[in-house]
Amino acid sequence: MTDPTEVAEKVFREEYGRVFATLVRVFGDFDVAEEAIQDSFLIAIDRWPVSGVPQKPAAWITTTAKRKAIDGYRREKVRVEKYAVLSSTRSNGHEEHEILEESTLQDDRLRLIFTCCHPALAIDAQLALTLRTLGGLKTREIARAFLVAESTMAQRLVRAKRKIRDAGIPYRVPPDDVLTERIAAVLGVIYLIFNEGYSASEGDDLVRHDLCSEAIRLGRVLADLMPDEPEAIGLLALMLLHDSRKDARISSTGEPMLLDDQDRQLWDRSQIDEGLRHLVIAERQRIPGKYQTQAAIASIHAQAGTPEQTDWSRIAMLYGMLGQQNPSPVVELNRAVAVAMALGPEYGLEIIEPLRSDLDRYRWMHSTRAELLRRLERFEEASDAYRRAINLTENSAERSLLSKRLAEVENSQGRDGLR
Amino acid sequence: MGEFMAGWFKFDEEIRSSVKVLAGDGLEPTSTATTVRYKDGAPVTSDGPFAETKEQLGGYYLIDVENLDEAIKVAGTIPNLPMGGSVEVRPVQVFEQ
Repeated sequence: MTDPTEVAEKVFREEYGRVFATLVRVFGDFDVAEEAIQDSFLIAIDRWPVSGVPQKPAAWITTTAKRKAIDGYRREKVRVEKYAVLSSTRSNGHEEHEILEESTLQDDRLRLIFTCCHPALAIDAQLALTLRTLGGLKTREIARAFLVAESTMAQRLVRAKRKIRDAGIPYRVPPDDVLTERIAAVLGVIYLIFNEGYSASEGDDLVRHDLCSEAIRLGRVLADLMPDEPEAIGLLALMLLHDSRKDARISSTGEPMLLDDQDRQLWDRSQIDEGLRHLVIAERQRIPGKYQTQAAIASIHAQAGTPEQTDWSRIAMLYGMLGQQNPSPVVELNRAVAVAMALGPEYGLEIIEPLRSDLDRYRWMHSTRAELLRRLERFEEASDAYRRAINLTENSAERSLLSKRLAEVENSQGRDGLR
Repeated sequence: MGEFMAGWFKFDEEIRSSVKVLAGDGLEPTSTATTVRYKDGAPVTSDGPFAETKEQLGGYYLIDVENLDEAIKVAGTIPNLPMGGSVEVRPVQVFEQ
């Protein structure tokens, strides 16, 4: 006998974003929408074991929630104007149909996600609100995912909703003149959620690792709602390709595995295929962008059966392109690695040279230099660079990996010293 | 200096013709400011702005627009911005009867 609460929870989580978005449009209030869904949840766990889970759960939940909200307004004897607006949406059979057809030009979820990612909200608030309202995650889950206390997260959400209401943030898809930058903001939020999950360490809460799947889920919704936005599709491709490596990223002893050392048999082929498909679709629109470029880089790794089969020249070229779209010394560092792999370590070192002061506190610059110096048998310099990298490490897994490398170099140095 | 003020006057004309401006003024510099606070239960006056900051409040516009996005758009056109200034956008309280 399946637990009715579990069944209802699963369905509600799945439909939360869609229903919430519509209710906010109808009632113009985040809190009203949230309470209404809560109320309908209580009814669901009561009714569904008897009547069965509805064929169209979203419609059922929306209708039930609307009814409860209107009842709530009646009880509170809210001002006449508000009630007049609401009374025009009387419950009847046609209405269920109407709610879902309503999304003619724009799914309510688009309105919702643009509102959650409005630049007037602090970035932490954008992340929390997106996960709560579109993802349907509970406050407790989001708190655990971002490693803060539940009360902190609850307060964050309260403040964010208050700001939306009090500062006059409109509930809509932004007009054309700011649409491009606002889409970029939304994509940024989704990618931040993904990266938060990607950086989860071994001992972390499961929900933290789940952030990757949640981000992919949100990415799918966005790509569906905005099929003409190649960067939205590119982001989805990128996340799928990164996520495909998740089973290979940690060794059996809990250490991070570099790309070259990963067991490629553990890469998820169906995720790779899906990612590649989306990338092709995005690129067909011929509007390049940073997410498509990063996805293209990931796709080259994904399609190389072994590290030796990697097309490094193409990757170097793509990092060059990425540097135009998203200039940063870290991008240039990655280009240096690709160039080193394609042409030789000395060429990589040349590219890194002007980056050294900017990236002096970035451990991966030092470790990259160390590796390239090692290949050129400049062992003393390589040791120095590894030591610098180890000084900057942030956790024991990194330290152990880099210490191992340092030991190897010092061994070679020792042998060399005897010549 | 004349050119600077001429730029502001021109902007002021434009904004009043394109946006519903309920009020707007430039303020004299903070050197002309006087702050009143309570001390021991009675108002006390002191020289200077209420907060000593690098940035000085230079003026305000009270506008009536649809939503925050519209207000942000207007804020983005204010001529102090290219000179390194900033504009704070805040809603006026509306009390329901």
